[in-house]
Amino acid sequence: MTATTAAETTAKKRSFTAAASNYIDERTSISGVVKEFGRKIFPDHWSFLLGEIALYSFIVILITGTFLTFFFQASQAEVIYHGSWVPLKGIQMSAAMNSTLNISFDIRGGLLVRQIHHWAALLFVASIGLHMLRIFFTGAFRKPRELNWVIGFTLFVLAMAEGFTGYSLPDDLLSGNGLRIIDGLIKGIPVVGTWISFLLFGGEFPGTAIVGRLYTLHILLLPALVVAFIALHLVFVVVHKHTQYAGPGRTQQNVSGFPILPVYAAKAGGFFFIVFGVVALMASLFTINPIWLYGPYDPSPVSAGTQPDWYIGFADGMLRLIPPHWEFVWLDRTWSWNIIVPVLILVVFLVVVAIYPFVEAWVTGDKREHHILDRPRNQATRTAIGAAGVTFYGTMWAAASSDLIATHFKLTMEGVIHTLQFTLILGPIVAYFITKRICIALQKKDRSVALHGYESGRIVKLPGGEFIEVHEQLDEYERWRLVSYDTYQPLMLRPNSRGKITFVNRLRAGMSRWLFEDRLEPITKGEIESGHGHH
Amino acid sequence: MRETKQKNARKRKAGRRHPLATVALIVIGLGLTGGAYATFNATGSSADATTSSASDVTAGKQLFQANCASCHGIEAQGTDAAPSLIGVGAAAVDFQVGTGRMPMAMSGPQAEQKPAQFSQKETDQLAAYVASLGPGPSIPLRDVTDGNGDAAKGAELFRVNCAMCHNVAGAGGALTEGKYAPPLTGVTGKHIYEAMVTGPQNMPVFNDRNITPEGKRDIITYLQFIQANPSPGGFELGSLGPVAEGLFIWIFGLGSIVALTVWITAKSN
Repeated sequence: MTATTAAETTAKKRSFTAAASNYIDERTSISGVVKEFGRKIFPDHWSFLLGEIALYSFIVILITGTFLTFFFQASQAEVIYHGSWVPLKGIQMSAAMNSTLNISFDIRGGLLVRQIHHWAALLFVASIGLHMLRIFFTGAFRKPRELNWVIGFTLFVLAMAEGFTGYSLPDDLLSGNGLRIIDGLIKGIPVVGTWISFLLFGGEFPGTAIVGRLYTLHILLLPALVVAFIALHLVFVVVHKHTQYAGPGRTQQNVSGFPILPVYAAKAGGFFFIVFGVVALMASLFTINPIWLYGPYDPSPVSAGTQPDWYIGFADGMLRLIPPHWEFVWLDRTWSWNIIVPVLILVVFLVVVAIYPFVEAWVTGDKREHHILDRPRNQATRTAIGAAGVTFYGTMWAAASSDLIATHFKLTMEGVIHTLQFTLILGPIVAYFITKRICIALQKKDRSVALHGYESGRIVKLPGGEFIEVHEQLDEYERWRLVSYDTYQPLMLRPNSRGKITFVNRLRAGMSRWLFEDRLEPITKGEIESGHGHH
Repeated sequence: MRETKQKNARKRKAGRRHPLATVALIVIGLGLTGGAYATFNATGSSADATTSSASDVTAGKQLFQANCASCHGIEAQGTDAAPSLIGVGAAAVDFQVGTGRMPMAMSGPQAEQKPAQFSQKETDQLAAYVASLGPGPSIPLRDVTDGNGDAAKGAELFRVNCAMCHNVAGAGGALTEGKYAPPLTGVTGKHIYEAMVTGPQNMPVFNDRNITPEGKRDIITYLQFIQANPSPGGFELGSLGPVAEGLFIWIFGLGSIVALTVWITAKSN
């Protein structure tokens, strides 16, 4: 009897689920979508979750940001502070600063939410950066994913813009100083700079308009763009299918991993809460942007140790690295090369990052699709270029904290700046050659391991008295990982259809030779077989 | 009666025309200016605590000649290695010796703080000796260093006058050529006051017309407030601002999340 009842209940339950699914499906035709997406395969590797960190921190930012908009007043109307923080009582400040202080001290949970918002913002940009490095060093930007690289790059720039506009909203001393630098940068643009600055600030800096304008950008235009580009980015991920690392059974035509439903969805959903949890933990334990110490913005003071948030640091550092006095008057106008040159360097650097996939595709002439990722060592030149770029960026970044480096390592500020100026130019070159050599050495090691096996540490004495160390062979799966990759050969300089060798052809061949002259060819099957015979 | 009045008037007239009248006027004028200057400056001396005896001065002189004279000269007149101490006042000695900056451990961009070499009594004796050489700022009274002023005013004064070198939270900052503004955490109110009136190392002097004694008291109040009340937001990461925050998010924030990604994608055994 009981058995029948139980069976009846399950039947009832199943029929309810079935009925509900059926109800929804008949009205939305969602089963097609579930079938398509639920079976979508994602390969499992920790480095494939870096973009997800960015996505989830963005969601955290949206949630906490919405809370903050309930209480923030984007106004520079002057008020007297009467809140709870004693060292600011009775001080005149803008309504923006006043409301941010109220969020911090007088609204329940406000400080926690503010700190979650700010920490999540730092994490958002940091995870985008790390994600980009992963994409770069594994060659995941190659055809067909070049456009998605550009979309991702745009998101990186948008994230920096979101961060900077948010940093400027509280109208505290730090954010005002940051805006003053932006104002100086804009005014340094020849001819039009002053006009643009007055347009942006609604008159002479700081004016009373900028906080309201940045607020509109920060909560309306920029988030809308970020959401749109994230959507586009993800659509492309689905369209292209996910890349995967080389391994047995993994080809350019398949993707091996877990389906979204149920495994991957569960993992990704859980990962959202992990990211949120880590950010909330940081926000509850560590102060970020203590505006109550900085006080309201006043154009006269600048605190020691005034820096932008980390992602603008490279721009600040570039300004610090430019030697002084690069300025003269010509045609009745001041030409501030100490502003124009760093801005140009930054723009060129960012443009090179954005178009790198196209440059590499043009030099290699490679029109094939690539779904198997490179091991960084197997593309020694690309990895070396990446290392040079990281060194260049890192030097600019370090320069933004030149004063803190000087005090904390007991150095002179001039010494730090001069060292970094040299590093900015020589560092990338040194990093390029060292990285390239290390990569080629690692390739040689892989090659020797694939051919001769690895050293087992077991010494055997032969009957003739000779000692040898026994080499253990890799198994087939391991060896496949080591030997399955492509290299490029330098392009031959050939005349075009009209029998001419153009400058562009020469440039391309020259770059190709520079990029691929030093290389190791992957091991052929024949070599492996003869290698086996060796021992 | 009438005659006397006239006589008196004549006398007065004669007095005005007296050959010494100009001299007397100059004397009166100088006396008034000097007196007014002294009175205005007296706002500083109202904060003086020193009552030094002749024996203190003698003891201080002996200590000075044994420990300081090799650089500052046998009569504190200064040498190529170190400045004259005539007129620096007791406050300068109390600050420099009391915080261990003097005697210097070695020459360098600036004298560094270290455990004080002399007891407070010996420091007082040295201060009494140096104060006896010429007038200068004296050791402040407790009522301006007790930290019972207005923290909000002090914070504003601090941001405008001090934060560009010492950082808004008093965490210190870099100056040129290896010099630096030291962190202000743990510095006593007396030493902060003395530093403001004497301008040690690279610090400018903030005299009483620049920042009034009440203003200085407010600054000390603010610094004591932020030290006594830890940040409402949690650990301060050295109060170093965005650099510390950026390093923290990359190393600990992103680092821990990447470690978690490795964990959730690890193959189960």
